[in-house]
Amino acid sequence: MQFDTRITSLVNDAPDISQLMKQVLYALIPAVATLLYFYGWGVLINLVLAVVFALALEGIALWVRGKPVKPFLKDFSAIVTACLFALTLPPLISWWLILVGLFFAIIVAKHLYGGIGYNPFNPAMIAYAVLIVSFPLQMSQWPGAYSVTGEWLSLSDSLSIVFGQMDADWDAITRATPLDEVRTGLITGQSYQDIVAGDHFGWLSGVAWQWTSLAYLLGGLYLIKARVISWQIPVSVLAGLAGVAALMWLVDSSIYASPLFHLFSGATMLGAFFIATDPVSASTTPFGQLVYGASIGFFIYVIRTWGVYPDSVAFAVLIMNMAVPMIDYYTQPKVFGDSGRAVHGKR
Amino acid sequence: MSDVNYKQIIADGLWNNNAGLVQLLGLCPLLAVTNNAVNGLGLGLATLVTLLISNGSVSFSRHWVSREIRIPFYVMVIAANVTVVDLLMNAYLHNLHNVLGIFIPLIVTNCAIIARAEAFASKNEIIPSIVDGFMMGLGFLVLLVVLGGMREVIGSGTLFANASVMFGDAAQGLTMQVFDKDYPGFLLAILPPGAFLGLGLIIALKNIIDDRLETKRIAKRQQEKAAAEAASKVIGGVPASE
Repeated sequence: MQFDTRITSLVNDAPDISQLMKQVLYALIPAVATLLYFYGWGVLINLVLAVVFALALEGIALWVRGKPVKPFLKDFSAIVTACLFALTLPPLISWWLILVGLFFAIIVAKHLYGGIGYNPFNPAMIAYAVLIVSFPLQMSQWPGAYSVTGEWLSLSDSLSIVFGQMDADWDAITRATPLDEVRTGLITGQSYQDIVAGDHFGWLSGVAWQWTSLAYLLGGLYLIKARVISWQIPVSVLAGLAGVAALMWLVDSSIYASPLFHLFSGATMLGAFFIATDPVSASTTPFGQLVYGASIGFFIYVIRTWGVYPDSVAFAVLIMNMAVPMIDYYTQPKVFGDSGRAVHGKR
Repeated sequence: MSDVNYKQIIADGLWNNNAGLVQLLGLCPLLAVTNNAVNGLGLGLATLVTLLISNGSVSFSRHWVSREIRIPFYVMVIAANVTVVDLLMNAYLHNLHNVLGIFIPLIVTNCAIIARAEAFASKNEIIPSIVDGFMMGLGFLVLLVVLGGMREVIGSGTLFANASVMFGDAAQGLTMQVFDKDYPGFLLAILPPGAFLGLGLIIALKNIIDDRLETKRIAKRQQEKAAAEAASKVIGGVPASE
């Protein structure tokens, strides 16, 4: 679906898509390394399976649509979608869930809307949302971090769990994520301070989650430095989330989590720097990006705090994706020389 | 009227001008109740009966109703019919009535019905109007059952589950287990997004089929034309050669 945006790129030496996508992949390296350290082989299996499935589906979709397969496969966009999606999945998830998710990401969210550059929704988040809505049980089985459980699954064991050869002892290896733990704790009447005093909570959030979030932050800062993404979206997402969280926390710090906990839990950092900044589905005007990002931050807090799903970044991003055409329409920057009296929609 | 083209009415109702696929009317019940095939069948039948009676009565009384008040008149006729259908279903298909709930009374607001009253029944004789109502209703019914069946198979791996709420206990055996019991169920298909995706896919499929038929028809016409030209040449050429 093509929406009319009146911004044209006047830069001649704009880097091509594959260059940008490669930089996004480089920026994910610290987070992937951190996840591997904490969660073991399951993370790597997710990534490899997702990339293979995504390339296969992309190839099939291009072939069916009669488009040249090779140049589009080489633009790395399918690989980035696959990697971002894989990083949102719990490790050791069954292989067919990855395939179903990527079917919705590549075929439904991307190619049914016209392929790269035309998708109104972020494909990776569509995939995540489809899976979390359809298979909530499988999608919330997060194995505990290695440093918490002390059990390191071998590669062959991980593979046989993923491919259904071996049933994992889920009760033994899964742990509630920090977000889940805080939510259920608060429901059962514990105070927030008591919950985070538990030994697997670090100074920001859960031990594994805070380091992963810091790694995403590092990669995100590199992306801003390399001018792959603009600062407006990530900063406004984080500010929007932290602002609402701080307000609620000041109202009652025993039943609302601290802003720092929100910033470094779940997929906040991944969402702020890598998901919300997707150039196709995000707002394109500088002021629009601030509105878009801050609204995502707001919805992350609202859905996370009063919703029932493990995390809310996907839903927040998808809601705001829907609003992007309207945001862009009302935030067109003034053209140089405009008298300022032009009325919107009468151009 | 002798010049009524029944073939055209039938083709329009079932395919060319299908209420759900082409006119995109009555989407609210269409999307809301089709989470399984039996619900689709139930609502489809109720809509079919309503269409039949409303088209018939609107056509019957079309000469006595002035243009200015025709819309309120249609609404009253349709509402009366729906009330009858609603009460009948509540009496004889009580379980199904419970499942479909508010969507039975809401048939009043199904714009497919008032659209047929306005576009067809108010301008045609009774018999063609009834045929039109039946065919439109049938097209809608088939779509509801197909969409419901599709969503049910993908969503829970069964087909015609709960058939007994409609046909009584004798229909227990009608339920089919399409996938085995281990099938985890693709919940999205049963939820509202699945209805939109499913309807979109069915419409896309219809458009593909129409496209194919159209290209075939054009090819055939060209062939016939060429054959006719060739034939006329031969005919024209025969005397010359003799």
